[in-house]
Amino acid sequence: MSVVLDYGWTLVLVPLALAGLVALVGRPFGRFVPALAILAPSWVLIYGVLTLLEGPEDALRAGSVDWLTSVAGGGLTVGWAVDGLSAVMLVVVGLVAALVVMFSAGYMAGEGGLPRYYAALCLFTAAMSMLVIADGFVGLFIGWELVGACSYLLIGFWFTRPAAANAAVKAFLTTRVGDVGLLLALALLWRDVGDLSYVAVFAAAPELSAGIVTAASLLLLVGAIGKSAQFPLQIWLPDAMEGPTPVSALIHAATMVAAGVFLVARSWPLFSLSTDALAVTLAIGGVTAVGAAAAALVQSDIKKVLAYSTISQLGFMFAALGAGAWGAAMFHLVTHAAFKALLFLGSGSVIHGCGSQELEEMGGLFKKMPITGVTWLIGAGALAGLPPLAGFFSKDEILHEVIGAGPAWAAILFGASLFTAFYIARATRLAFFDGYRGTGHPHEGGWSMRVPLIVLASLAATLGFGGAWLAETIGAHHGSLDVKVALASTVLAILGLLAGWKVAGVDHPAFTRAPGPRLAALMRSGWGADAFVQRAVLRPVAVASRALYTGVDRRVVDAVAEGSAVAARAVGKTLTSLQSGDVQWYATMLGAGAVALLALVSYIGRGL
Amino acid sequence: MSVVIITVGLFCIGLYGVLTRRDLVAILASVEIMLGSATLLLVGLAAAGAPLGAHEGAVEATGVMVIVLAAAEAAVGLALVISVARRFKTTRVDELTEVKG
Repeated sequence: MSVVLDYGWTLVLVPLALAGLVALVGRPFGRFVPALAILAPSWVLIYGVLTLLEGPEDALRAGSVDWLTSVAGGGLTVGWAVDGLSAVMLVVVGLVAALVVMFSAGYMAGEGGLPRYYAALCLFTAAMSMLVIADGFVGLFIGWELVGACSYLLIGFWFTRPAAANAAVKAFLTTRVGDVGLLLALALLWRDVGDLSYVAVFAAAPELSAGIVTAASLLLLVGAIGKSAQFPLQIWLPDAMEGPTPVSALIHAATMVAAGVFLVARSWPLFSLSTDALAVTLAIGGVTAVGAAAAALVQSDIKKVLAYSTISQLGFMFAALGAGAWGAAMFHLVTHAAFKALLFLGSGSVIHGCGSQELEEMGGLFKKMPITGVTWLIGAGALAGLPPLAGFFSKDEILHEVIGAGPAWAAILFGASLFTAFYIARATRLAFFDGYRGTGHPHEGGWSMRVPLIVLASLAATLGFGGAWLAETIGAHHGSLDVKVALASTVLAILGLLAGWKVAGVDHPAFTRAPGPRLAALMRSGWGADAFVQRAVLRPVAVASRALYTGVDRRVVDAVAEGSAVAARAVGKTLTSLQSGDVQWYATMLGAGAVALLALVSYIGRGL
Repeated sequence: MSVVIITVGLFCIGLYGVLTRRDLVAILASVEIMLGSATLLLVGLAAAGAPLGAHEGAVEATGVMVIVLAAAEAAVGLALVISVARRFKTTRVDELTEVKG
């Protein structure tokens, strides 16, 4: 074991300590808070890089502490394991989080409650590290829940705005539905394996019955679906855009929402044993990829475009997982983290400059914000899949793998790629080209906002060439570039870009007119998912709650509570008259009682 | 048998006094009669040869002890009566209804 690996626990404790420190001293030392907060993700980044340089462990256990040892069966252990997969995730999390903290120093300047903001970011870093380096499902679950809590805190950062507070609650509750699945998977594995460390579960997996493996995989998948905003639990992510934009870049694009993909990749020895679970994963990924991409076509808010884009790209990753290519999924996770964080931070820069999120109030920003413009173009090209940018390589690997697994799903993903190019071209033209339509004075942000854009843009441009290295590091299969797929997807990307560009130019004030206002409105609302949930889940729950309130709570529970009070009062009123204050009356009753007792005793004792 | 009849009669007289007399001092005196009747019953039965105590003289000792206790009780009771009389300017129990519910 290498020296670095001995200190795996610092990945959690250092950011945690910094979170506490920032929260404590943030108020008096406000100006230095970003500089303090950036230490947390920097440590994670440095650790990840050092591990990759030293060569990560093959084993899934580096060190551990015992926990709950009094539980039957030897208790639980929480340990850390930094293998190739964890190390890659650590680098992604550390780098994006560090850049986001840096960007926030410019973007969030002058906001109230900044210690809370940076403390939550540090806490998020700690939680995400915990999730990534856990050596078993227990540690993963702890991190999993903590990142959800941080997501809640940061979406609701502007909690005085009802929309933000509601979005935070919605995100928390929706992901909770998935978390129940994850918890059930843990319970199932605990019952049948008796140990939740990866080593034990994966060693026992081949001996488990097929039904158990499929059930555990599907339950894990439910957790992944909730966290990664896949169909049918995708509804929370568009609303999560109420949070500050750097948070959207970090949590809701690059890292936390990718945790679902990480979970499936981590549990691969389990998933690979169940073809049914893989088929379900592929179907969910395909449906999500195309559905969310279509919804992104007609959004009017730049962050909503990116939110649906994120859901769609995560769908690509799930499709790759379902096709059996977890290496391709992780490759796309890494490239997507770079270019989607770039696009989100770019949109943050635009919002900072224009003071609006509406595409209608932008336009012509390329000349006024050249750095943001150029980096945005790189990110958009990577998202659309233009060679030789990062997204091109990872997306083509996914498409290639999915063709092998199911041609019908591959056709759907090609359609989603076309939509992807279309919506990003439309958003790009609406925001950056033609004339400025808003009323603000667009300007470039300070250096702390430019540097992250430049770093991420250079990564989004070059990461695609690291596919073979990445596959080797995480121990996955790497497919060579498929020329036919590459050609087809490039042609589709160019077609989509041109079409999106043209539509944005011709019909931007009301794109909703084509292909029909009703369809467009349906797509804009994310295929009516919110309305459906409102009708199918929330309203029945509300009706049932009201029925329980009037039927059970009022008629039974309250009746018992109030009835006993009424009875006690009536009895008290009756007995009051006995307390006359006349001692001789008491003595009479005493005597009568004694006589009665005597009579009773002699009556009972008669038979003895 | 006559001992029982006499002591039960005494006890009932005492009880009647406790329940009917309105004056605290008279009630106390009635209580003393009840105590005396109980002691008399005990001692009388022992004298008639009833098998009451395991040890010889135990019943008589108990009787003596009750008499002593009754003296102490009378002292405390009368002190209380004096205290009540000073405080409420009366010793009639039908006027002392402070604790009426």
